[in-house]
Amino acid sequence: MEDLLALIVAKYNYWLYVILMMIGLYAMIAKNNLIKKLVGMNIFQTAIILFYISIGYKQDATIPIIQNAHGGQDAHNAVIHAADYINPLPHVLMLTAIVVSVATFGVAMALAVRIYQRYQTLEEDELRMRLSEE
Amino acid sequence: MDNYPALIVVTPLLAALLAGLAAWIEERLSYPIALIGLAISMFSAFKVLMQVISSGTIHYRMAGWAPPMGIEYSIDLLNAMVLMIVVSIAFFNLIASYKSVDQEINDRAGSFYTIYLLFVTGLLGVTATGDLFNLYVLIEITSLTSYAMVALGDKDRGPLASLNYVFIGVIGASFYLLGVGYLYMQTGSLNMADVANILPGLHGSSTILTAFILCMIGIWIKMALFPMHVWLPNAYSYSPVAFARIVAPLMTKVMVYVMIRLMITVFGYDYIFETLNIADAVVWLATLAVLAGAVMALAQKNLKKMLTYIIVCEIGYMVGGAWIGNQLGMTGAILHILNDALMTFALFLAVGNMVYKLKTVDLIDLKGLFGKMPWTMAGFVLTAFSIIGVPPTCGFFSKWYLILGAFEAGAYHFAAALVISSLICAVLFFKVFEICFFEPMSDGHGHADLTPPVKIEEAPLSMLIVSGLVSLSLIVAGLYSGTIVNTVILPFLKLQ
Amino acid sequence: MKFLGFIIVCLTGALLLYGTGEFPDWGDPGSPASMHLSNDYIEKVVEQTQVPNLVTAVLADYRGFDTMFETAVVFCAGLACFLLLRDFREKKERFYRHVPTGVILHVKDSKKILKTGKEFEHMDKDWVPSDLIIKTVCRILIPFIQIYALYVVAHGDFSPGGGFQGGVIFGSSLILLAISYDLKTLVRRIKEKVLGIYAAVGVLIYVGIAAICMPMGGNFLDYSKLAPLVPGDPHHIRALGMLGVEIGVGIAVTAVMVIIYINIVSEGRHDEGL
Repeated sequence: MEDLLALIVAKYNYWLYVILMMIGLYAMIAKNNLIKKLVGMNIFQTAIILFYISIGYKQDATIPIIQNAHGGQDAHNAVIHAADYINPLPHVLMLTAIVVSVATFGVAMALAVRIYQRYQTLEEDELRMRLSEE
Repeated sequence: MDNYPALIVVTPLLAALLAGLAAWIEERLSYPIALIGLAISMFSAFKVLMQVISSGTIHYRMAGWAPPMGIEYSIDLLNAMVLMIVVSIAFFNLIASYKSVDQEINDRAGSFYTIYLLFVTGLLGVTATGDLFNLYVLIEITSLTSYAMVALGDKDRGPLASLNYVFIGVIGASFYLLGVGYLYMQTGSLNMADVANILPGLHGSSTILTAFILCMIGIWIKMALFPMHVWLPNAYSYSPVAFARIVAPLMTKVMVYVMIRLMITVFGYDYIFETLNIADAVVWLATLAVLAGAVMALAQKNLKKMLTYIIVCEIGYMVGGAWIGNQLGMTGAILHILNDALMTFALFLAVGNMVYKLKTVDLIDLKGLFGKMPWTMAGFVLTAFSIIGVPPTCGFFSKWYLILGAFEAGAYHFAAALVISSLICAVLFFKVFEICFFEPMSDGHGHADLTPPVKIEEAPLSMLIVSGLVSLSLIVAGLYSGTIVNTVILPFLKLQ
Repeated sequence: MKFLGFIIVCLTGALLLYGTGEFPDWGDPGSPASMHLSNDYIEKVVEQTQVPNLVTAVLADYRGFDTMFETAVVFCAGLACFLLLRDFREKKERFYRHVPTGVILHVKDSKKILKTGKEFEHMDKDWVPSDLIIKTVCRILIPFIQIYALYVVAHGDFSPGGGFQGGVIFGSSLILLAISYDLKTLVRRIKEKVLGIYAAVGVLIYVGIAAICMPMGGNFLDYSKLAPLVPGDPHHIRALGMLGVEIGVGIAVTAVMVIIYINIVSEGRHDEGL
């Protein structure tokens, strides 16, 4: 039991991300309202961002901006210790992923507006009924 | 300095932006800009293909940084071939599209060409890149553009089909992204070649197994492998014809390419076929996909929908061929990427011509089409023979390799599925021909012999010429299959 | 569907947790992800590019190719929203308010927009009297927000920030204008055409800077080859190249944020909305 607890505590960020992702995925699959599905989609994508950012974290390290690196000649001679800074790559990747998810969300919202204009509803079962009537 | 690899991807992007600008300033300029952009890109792709055939894999460093720190394009025979297919189909479709865009979306033609070029950029980038994360970004470009396009086609049902496509597409892309994250966790790298170097030491790891499964499921969702195909038929049949003609042949094929790239270059044969024991299950899944696609196609009443289910069926061919696990099967799968892209393109060109004249292509509307549009129908018949797999059309040869591969691996169920699906396709197409040819135009009285001779009403010349050329290319590709296999596919597979 | 969804979700969760089993502990400095590439970046970036903000350096230089397509994604989203929603049909119903008395005129079936003098003003259907406090506070705040946005873009090389962040802040300042006044005020100040052109020009700046490197003898995006074109210390040429592309990104993101907002709140009519 204690082993399991220690395992969870050591990796609790990853457990949290899995739970968040399951919530988002469930909303995307099972919810009836299209906007709720969109919210689920956002949670899902945010969970992935949490996952990547967790990869980048290092204990006892600071943000990846090199200190004293500009201004003054001696700044360039200072030795940089890799252990002092967290991994910049996941942050870069997630900046891209955030932008992609915002773009997708914008397009999805536009689609939802179009659907609402046409059918005056965003409930999936009602939409299906309207579609089969035509 | 040789910048052709970058030019292949960058010129369509540049042309897209200029066309987008032109849409606001002088809309008529958008079309020539798009045409020139794709022409330059096609020329570069041709140069690259020739260079790869003569002197081997090209490595191109973006921003001059050496991988794995920077992003690298590594173009080998497989990439170069797929790039050439993608860009030529995009170029010829653009020629054929001028009239149909004019008819369908004339008030926003400039924006249409912009989105079209961005889509092509995405496909080309996915194909050319040697970086796992770069692949994700470009997949997202292709997806976003196709979401927009699907919604634009059918005013009533398009947006809903598109939104469902968004949900499934996001799940697929996110799974792939998670898979890349798991890989990054254990290898610390994103460059395909670098990851492939590190992986052999990690074969037993559960993280790598999870990464592999996530990547594969993501890609399968994106390529619409049965049973993850539900988004495809609606999405493709509701999009505007000019876009359906390019998304149908290329999107799924490029995803198949991505799968093969991940299997061969990143994870490697050893891992997939020796460490893991899931190849048999996947071949069964592919068998199911082939049969299900064919049977569902049989049930359709609309020609466009019917063809989309044929795509589902063809995806089964390629996935099965790739997972059989021998050289013949893989050869068949890669050759089928080329052949199926050509065949689907030819089919949708014919459908595009019909839509141009008839507006809807429910099977009932097609009556008497042989008399009305003889040239279109000639191309359609030739393509249908190729899909069924009649020699000497190209469809026959890739199926031949696939069946040989299946026999060699002892996957008789897959071979049987191939034959059965070919028979079903034959039934299917002859049903269409019967409607088009034998049933006379209904004139309200039922006296077929009294109807006056049908006037020929063909689609515009630009569409006809492209349609004819592509249909003929099916035979040419068939006759040169041996050359393609010997100069491109076998040397590629030997290198791995 | 709910049950099926539940099963799929549980399977996915189980798969992910199974994969988590062999992860290094959270924050472990010795994990492969923190050892292989990350150390190379941390130790070499300042020397190679003169940019202390590693995220910006990796984003705009080492992985600048990704970022270019990311900007293209943003552009694409704006274009998609425009294509999907923009509705050029004029609305027939109009509302005018007589300012001194507060009487509201409802004009049906008029194609042309009536000229309003000082006494009358256009108004939205769901009009609420605009709040003087909110209007004044926003009017004071907006210029500062915009200056801050410019700072975030320009100082992205040295401190947290960059084109995307600055662009979003700038875009939100414009959206704030639309929220605190009304949509018409924003659309009157920034024409739709200008926004569309900015979105394309922003990405074009990025692709253009990257493409100029090719005739200068470098690979695509290789800023170091731009040194002859730019006055100043050739050591800093990579930092300058990054600044250039970040400016392009900022312009594109600002324009696209506003395009998406305008089109969604007004359902593509650009007349009234939040």
